Amino acid sequence: MKLTFAIQGGDFIHAGHPSSEVKKVLKQLNIDNKIIKNVVIALYEAEVNVVAHAYSGTVNVEIDENKITILVTDEGPGIPDIDLAMKPGYSTASKSVQEMGFGAGMGLPNIKKNTDEMWLETEVGKGTKVKMLNYFS
Amino acid sequence: MKVFELVEELGLKVFSGHKGLDREISGGYVSDLLSDVMGNAQEAQVWITLQVHQNVMAIASLKDLAAVILVSNLEPQENTKRNSDDESIPILGTSLPAFEIAGKIYQLFNR
Ligand SMILES: Nc1ncnc2c1ncn2[C@@H]1O[C@H](COP(=O)(O)OP(=O)(O)OP(=O)(O)O)[C@@H](O)[C@H]1O
Ligand SMILES: [Mg+2]
Repeated sequence: MKLTFAIQGGDFIHAGHPSSEVKKVLKQLNIDNKIIKNVVIALYEAEVNVVAHAYSGTVNVEIDENKITILVTDEGPGIPDIDLAMKPGYSTASKSVQEMGFGAGMGLPNIKKNTDEMWLETEVGKGTKVKMLNYFS
Repeated sequence: MKVFELVEELGLKVFSGHKGLDREISGGYVSDLLSDVMGNAQEAQVWITLQVHQNVMAIASLKDLAAVILVSNLEPQENTKRNSDDESIPILGTSLPAFEIAGKIYQLFNR
């Protein structure tokens, strides 16, 4: 099964919509609750990173028998130093984003923690791709 | 303990999400950092916070939280209340700051 969602940079109002839809689908498929929780955390964080840090993006979800693969691609500033960005607590979030309670620097570490595999590809000035994989058993 | 019992015990205000008042509560989590709640809150907890915008309800729903408690007389934004009604996850309010309301809830759960 394949699902696609568009994300608009700066659009905090709709942040969480793709995660919520994917959660519903996984519930219908009777996937283990623990795994649904992990997928939802990781996807929400990847989504919000596009909203908070990039201009626009796409979520591509592929669900098959034994795994879910999610690719979040954005057009945006890219990440100059991936190791630094992955460090818990590191954030370049703007003041207004911080006031909403985002910008703790916990999003990428949350993705790492809640996926079986995670890949991050980025080009400064162009954009970022985050790929996440969770097995169902 | 159910959400409505917590409301009665502590005299909390109910802003919205009345349909969710019979949700069962498993405990509580205190944080104003959304990624912290996303990563660490557990299903059916009440979330104590000073954040009043819509993303609070997106997280409460994704995490299957029992209710949100706004501290220090803060009030939810209109669209936050609407989401709370749609999701049947109550938004509650207290005049107390986070430390004090968390202390009271902790006591209720450990008496
Ligand atoms: N899609 C992206 N495009 C550009 N920069 C990004 C992107 N994702 C992450 N970053 C950079 O990596 C940093 C760390 O990201 P991370 O998600 O861990 O924290 P955050 O988004 O700043 O805060 P939080 O996720 O806790 O709300 C960001 O502050 C930003 O500088
Ligand atoms: Mg983030």
